[in-house]
Amino acid sequence: MAALSRAASSAIRRPPLLLPSRLQAARSMASSLFGHVEPAPKDPILGVTEAFLADPSPDKVNVGVGAYRDDNGQPVVLDCVREAERRIAGNLNMEYLPMGGSIKMIEESLKLAYGEDSEFVKDKRIAAVQALSGTGACRLFADFQKRFLPDSQIYIPTPTWSNHHNIWRDAQVPQKTFTYYHPESRGLDFAGLMNDIKNAPDGSFFLLHACAHNPTGVDPTEEQWREISHQFKVKKHFPFFDMAYQGFASGDPERDAKAIRIFLEDGHQIGCAQSYAKNMGLYGQRAGCLSILCEDEMQAVAVKSQLQQIARPMYSNPPVHGALVVSIILNDPELKSLWLKEVKGMADRIIGMRKALKENLEKLGSPLSWEHITNQIGMFCYSGMTPEQVDRLTNEYHIYMTRNGRISMAGVTTGNVAYLANAIHDVTKPN
Amino acid sequence: MAPAVRAAQAQAQPQEPSADRRLSTLVRHLLPSSPRRTAEADTSATLESFPTMASQQGSSVFATLAQAPEDPILGVTVAYNKDPSPVKVNLGVGAYRTEEGKPLVLNVVRRAEQMLINNPSRVKEYLPITGLAEFNKLSAKLIFGADSPAIQENRVATVQCLSGTGSLRVGGEFLARHYHERTIYIPQPTWGNHPKVFTLSGLTVKSYRYYDPATRGLDFKGLLEDLSSAPLGSIVLLHACAHNPTGVDPTIDQWEQIRQLMRSKSLLPFFDSAYQGFASGSLDKDAQSVRMFVADGGELLMAQSYAKNMGLYGERVGALSIVCGSADVAVKVESQLKLVIRPMYSNPPLHGASIVATILKDSEMFNEWTLELKAMADRIISMRQQLFDALKSRGTPGDWSHIIKQIGMFTFTGLNSEQVAFMRQEYHIYMTSDGRISMAGLSMRTVPHLADAIHAAVTQLK
Repeated sequence: MAALSRAASSAIRRPPLLLPSRLQAARSMASSLFGHVEPAPKDPILGVTEAFLADPSPDKVNVGVGAYRDDNGQPVVLDCVREAERRIAGNLNMEYLPMGGSIKMIEESLKLAYGEDSEFVKDKRIAAVQALSGTGACRLFADFQKRFLPDSQIYIPTPTWSNHHNIWRDAQVPQKTFTYYHPESRGLDFAGLMNDIKNAPDGSFFLLHACAHNPTGVDPTEEQWREISHQFKVKKHFPFFDMAYQGFASGDPERDAKAIRIFLEDGHQIGCAQSYAKNMGLYGQRAGCLSILCEDEMQAVAVKSQLQQIARPMYSNPPVHGALVVSIILNDPELKSLWLKEVKGMADRIIGMRKALKENLEKLGSPLSWEHITNQIGMFCYSGMTPEQVDRLTNEYHIYMTRNGRISMAGVTTGNVAYLANAIHDVTKPN
Repeated sequence: MAPAVRAAQAQAQPQEPSADRRLSTLVRHLLPSSPRRTAEADTSATLESFPTMASQQGSSVFATLAQAPEDPILGVTVAYNKDPSPVKVNLGVGAYRTEEGKPLVLNVVRRAEQMLINNPSRVKEYLPITGLAEFNKLSAKLIFGADSPAIQENRVATVQCLSGTGSLRVGGEFLARHYHERTIYIPQPTWGNHPKVFTLSGLTVKSYRYYDPATRGLDFKGLLEDLSSAPLGSIVLLHACAHNPTGVDPTIDQWEQIRQLMRSKSLLPFFDSAYQGFASGSLDKDAQSVRMFVADGGELLMAQSYAKNMGLYGERVGALSIVCGSADVAVKVESQLKLVIRPMYSNPPLHGASIVATILKDSEMFNEWTLELKAMADRIISMRQQLFDALKSRGTPGDWSHIIKQIGMFTFTGLNSEQVAFMRQEYHIYMTSDGRISMAGLSMRTVPHLADAIHAAVTQLK
């Protein structure tokens, strides 16, 4: 019926000469070329916020997406960012950046990751391009890996940010996993980790979270990083660091880059994905950087040129606004110092909420151990709750988190921590 | 490899005299490149090198990687920037320039940006995977028309993407995964980045005849023949208006014939609209081809860019719309588009889309935009006329009427690559080697210089 009426109405609009094709068009209008397309499953992380937004309950709490909230549960735009944007507006043009992105933003990003006085930066040994936040940086690397090392695989920690799997899958790089999280202790399974590193074929590619592991919040200690680095040397593994929380974990960007610096000292040639989504609160601006440490300047030039070849048919050149914000802040000593203060403020609030949540649970008399809440670091706490328990939290208490039991501590406030603790206690207490 | 390597070295050390650069390149080839590597060799001397690994002890896994050639379009600007000549003219990249040769931020864009900055409640949170919802709706209306039945029937799935390139790529990936035909036909010639975008999406790229060098116009017969012989259901890339690089567009009657042919063979249209409003000066006129296809009730893909018509180039603002047979299908299609986007960059950039939405939803700002857009289009049309007149007055051999017949930012001059190289060397005029010039890069001041150069090239080289 609908098809016929469409055919009729469009026949009115069209000139009269068209009988055969009108029939054809009518036939094809009745069905769709995409009628067979299946509805895709919702993204496990972003789908949580969608559900939260749809919930009318006044008690609802969103501890799903890793986006920072202040103690009033409000999103935050950093003062250093506001100031940078004031300087940008009405001033500069909006011309295309080069394919590799903003040179200034890249320079500052490399100093942040590799060290202010890094010899690798001075020697121009790092191939680096501006990328679409952390996701974009990982994807460029994965595509690069596929193109230039087509026989390689990627070892991904268990668990990891769910989108990591999607990224390397879409890049058609085969994935394996390596042991990481120890559920019993809610900490690091260091023995399992080292075992998997040793058993992987020599020269394997490993994805490592530089700090504030997502979703567990469990990081190796400095000593453990040194052992990992040594074993990587023995096995000639390639370390690819995803650093999405530099500064956000401990409050000190230098400290949060420690793992990377250890690997660099040990002579590894690393890859690194950097994101400014959380530590500068630039989420939607998609500001990030991909870097690969090369043998020498010549190789860095070659590698960068190839990374650009991957970016060009994907989006041509990266967005300018976020890059300008980052480079203005990091280039201006006052703004940079303001940023460091603000990022420490965010990290400190989260550390404070970890303490508060743990204390509340203990006060409620929970018999379970909640040490891991304060042992873990960064935005996320891997609570150890089961999917069923999480569902109860959502259905009975309107508390939204991913079903792996990951709590975004950034969503916890002095206003809701007691409510949250009470709900967690309720669903986890032994019967 | 050697010339590329030397070029890389030259790029790395711009201050050294060329002879020294070549020597230092040779030196680097012949000697180990870094003392650090020798030190590493000492500490791990006991380790064997494994045959499965690409790299030697202490060296990079990417050691054998070659430098990529410069992008043919963006490389023109790179070369232009290096040229010290005071009379140089950049007619390479399609970015609008004012009469003074300066980039332009539209007044209405500045206003929108200021509004955004001044609004303290604005935040920078992640957009949804599909982008800014308001932007998506407004973009669909802009290209399909507010009264479009497809929109009213909720048959359009629109996702915000990174300008035209990003929209094409996401659309291509979607088709490679979900469409039964894996071949896309692109016009000959087309924008240099099109083949790569679609190949990397997973599609096979073929071409259909488009440009006729003899007339410097449309090879309509060849186009119809090639589309007729395409397998049923093949995807066909169409430039909505202001074809890049030729500036040659079908007439409305020709579009109608193309439409009929395509629908009769179930060929799937994939429109690339990078110049709506920029070509004729009228947003609606420049969307006619697209709307014709939507009006027959059929399905299509549409990649939209705001790079040129809103001057938002570097902000990377665009949208992919898929017009589907039904609202149900549109919902499912949108859900699958998300699966393409999430592992690519998670969600699109906020800033540019916010600017566009601010302008499109405010009727006063929208009107101001249409005026500024028309002014840009008019300046380009006037440059075409001036260049044509200048060549005529010089008696430059050949028929140059295509300069005023072609439309949009580019003119396909018909100059060959030797002539292009000659103009670069002798007159410091930069264009892509296919003879495409960006009219937006011209001004009253530089038209005579360009005319002189063309005249010299055409008379001295054949």
